[in-house]
This record gives sequence, C-alpha cells and structure tokens, in this order.
Amino acid sequence: MSALLMGPLSWPELGALMLHFLMLSLLSIGGAITTAPDMHRYLVDERHWLTDQSFTSSIALAQAAPGPNILFVAVLGFNVSGLVGAAAAMLGILLPSTTLVVAATRWARNNREHLGVRAFTVGMAPLTLGLMIATGWLLAAPYLVEPGHRWATLAMIVATVVLTMRTKIGIVWMVLAGGVLGAFGFV
Amino acid sequence: MSPPPSPAPVLPDGDPAPAVALARPESLSHLFWAFSRLALQGFGGVLAVAQRELVERLGWMSREEFVETLAVAQVLPGPNIVNISLMIGDRFFGLRGAMVALLGMMGFPALIVLTLAALSTTWLASAAMTGALRGMGAVSAGLILATGLKLLPSLRTNPVGLWPGLALAALVFGATVWLKLPLFWIVLSVGGLGMTLALIALKRSRA
Repeated sequence: MSALLMGPLSWPELGALMLHFLMLSLLSIGGAITTAPDMHRYLVDERHWLTDQSFTSSIALAQAAPGPNILFVAVLGFNVSGLVGAAAAMLGILLPSTTLVVAATRWARNNREHLGVRAFTVGMAPLTLGLMIATGWLLAAPYLVEPGHRWATLAMIVATVVLTMRTKIGIVWMVLAGGVLGAFGFV
Repeated sequence: MSPPPSPAPVLPDGDPAPAVALARPESLSHLFWAFSRLALQGFGGVLAVAQRELVERLGWMSREEFVETLAVAQVLPGPNIVNISLMIGDRFFGLRGAMVALLGMMGFPALIVLTLAALSTTWLASAAMTGALRGMGAVSAGLILATGLKLLPSLRTNPVGLWPGLALAALVFGATVWLKLPLFWIVLSVGGLGMTLALIALKRSRA
C-alpha cells in the first residue's frame, strides 16, 4: 500500500518533479498535450523515472478514461512515484495557469466594456471556431489513412457529425457505441 | 438537481440577438455536480460535452458567450476545459466557485483514472482495447467537428460580421491543417486581424 501512496522518489526528487511541471504550466498554451514532448524528454530521457512504453500507455489510459485529457499528467506522476507523485505533477501543471486564468478573467470582467477587451473576445471568436473544426479534422485524419478501416471509420465520423448536429442523443452513448464497434473490429 | 425553470421572456420577432434570460447554478453543490456529470461523459475530450451541457441543457450561457469564453480560455496557458471551468465557476460564485468547478471537473475522473493506473495497464495493449480506443477516438473527432460547425452561426451576431468571420475561420482551418503553422503565428496573424476588424466595427457602432 505504501508504494501506492509514495513511490520510489525522495522528497527532493519530488520537489524537482513539481518544479519542472510548474515551469511547463505557463508554457502549456493550447493545452497541456503541447508540452508532452518536453515531459517525455524530462521523465524518460533525462531522469529515467519512466520507460518509453510506460509514458505512452499513461497517455493512452487517460484518453480511454472519462474526463479531461490533462489527467494524463496525474497518471504520469502516479507511475513515477505513486499518489504523492500524481499530486506533485498535477499541482505543478495546474497552479500557475490557474492563478493566471482567474486573475485574467477578473480583470477582463471588470473591464468588460473597455473597447480593447470587447474587441479581443469577439475578434478571437472566428479563430476559435476555425481552430475547433481544424482540431476535429486533424483528430479524424489519421483514422482515414489506414486502408483496412478507412470507409467504415469515415461513415462513423459522418454519422457522429450528423447525429450531434441534428439530434439530442447523449454524447456518451455515441462514444461508447464507437468503442464497442471498435472493440469488435467493425471500424 | 434540475436547473430552476427560468421564465422565458417574450421576444420581438426576428431579433437576431435575443437577450434570453439565462439560468444559473443554484448553489456550489449544484455547480459541483453539474461539472462532475459533464466531466464523466467526456471520453476522449470534454469540449463537445461542455457545449451540450452548459449551453443546451443547463442554459447557463448562450452560444455566443460559450465561444467568447473559449476564445479567452485557449489563448491562456492551461487546458481549455480547465480554464473554462475556472472562468464559469468564478463568474457565478467567485474564487470558491472557480475551485468547486475545477474540483467537479477533475475529482471523479482523477479517482477513476488513478484506480485504473493502479490496477494494470497491460489490458491497454490488447487488440480489443486498441480497437475500442480507435472507435472512441474517431467518434470524439466527429464530436469536435460537429460542435465547431454547430457554433459557426454564432458569428451572425459578432460585430466582425458573418462573412468576414467565416473567412477568418476558414483561414485558420487552412493554416492549421494544410500549412501546419504553429498556433502562435496563427493567433498573432488571424487573431490580430479579427481583433482589428472587431475594433473598427465596435468603434463605428459606438460613434
């Protein structure tokens, strides 16, 4: 049990882990996954706290489980050094960005009527939507180049888009259906 | 658990930007459970679920507010969905709200993912699991795509204008998908252009 709580790292090493993630936090513009390559460099290549395989399966696990994908950081920390490691990594990655976001939100709300603030929020809206559609596209693209799966997967993606736009079917049911179809090798 | 029935105001016909009275969370625990419910539905990404729950089911924010919140969330460091939780929680209940919304977003999912990590990860490599992840990933991609498309009409009420807005969105799509430009340069160029157009339009409407 104690290995689950506190893994092999010493307290100074845990401090170093947290410090590294604190630093990455403010660089994680566009999501924490943008800093994953650096996490890999630090945890696998530099410190040898994780194997390459364990790094990859940590990310896969967080993607398979429900909730924000940022939880891959908790899994990385857990695999490095138990629950204390998970807490150190999560606090590190969240604390600086959270502080900044709360401060920036309040400032923006207090200056809501300021011309510059209005221009920023409404002027960025087209970019946000373009980026969202591009993200969906980029996530879909790799599935469509695998020869054996191409058409079935394309049909499923199109069905998802149509069902999401035209009906109120629960999102979780669509994702689970995709998982079941995938597990049985249909898509 | 259901949000209070807010009396819908009668609106003049054809008003392009109806000021619909929005609902709001009744209490901190309402906020917590709403975000927990939202997070637990989010396999492979929470953004599509957030739009469905916060805008369509709970009615805590309009489609336009959601897009504007997301716009700010994505230029700040940190995951978009975490930033959105903080911003919404803070708006309704201040700092406590921000923390409660974050806890709702992360609490149960963290419990689940760490339990799975503690058990074993060898099942992740099985053929069935690889297939399941493929299927879920493809559906998640479709969900993000659909949510983006569904939010496009919100540009109608944007001061930038519908067609210039759509052109900017198309520009971002092309720059990301085909030119593969780094996000930083896209935000600087297209974001800057959008802000300039917005500034001109807002100045004109205020003058």
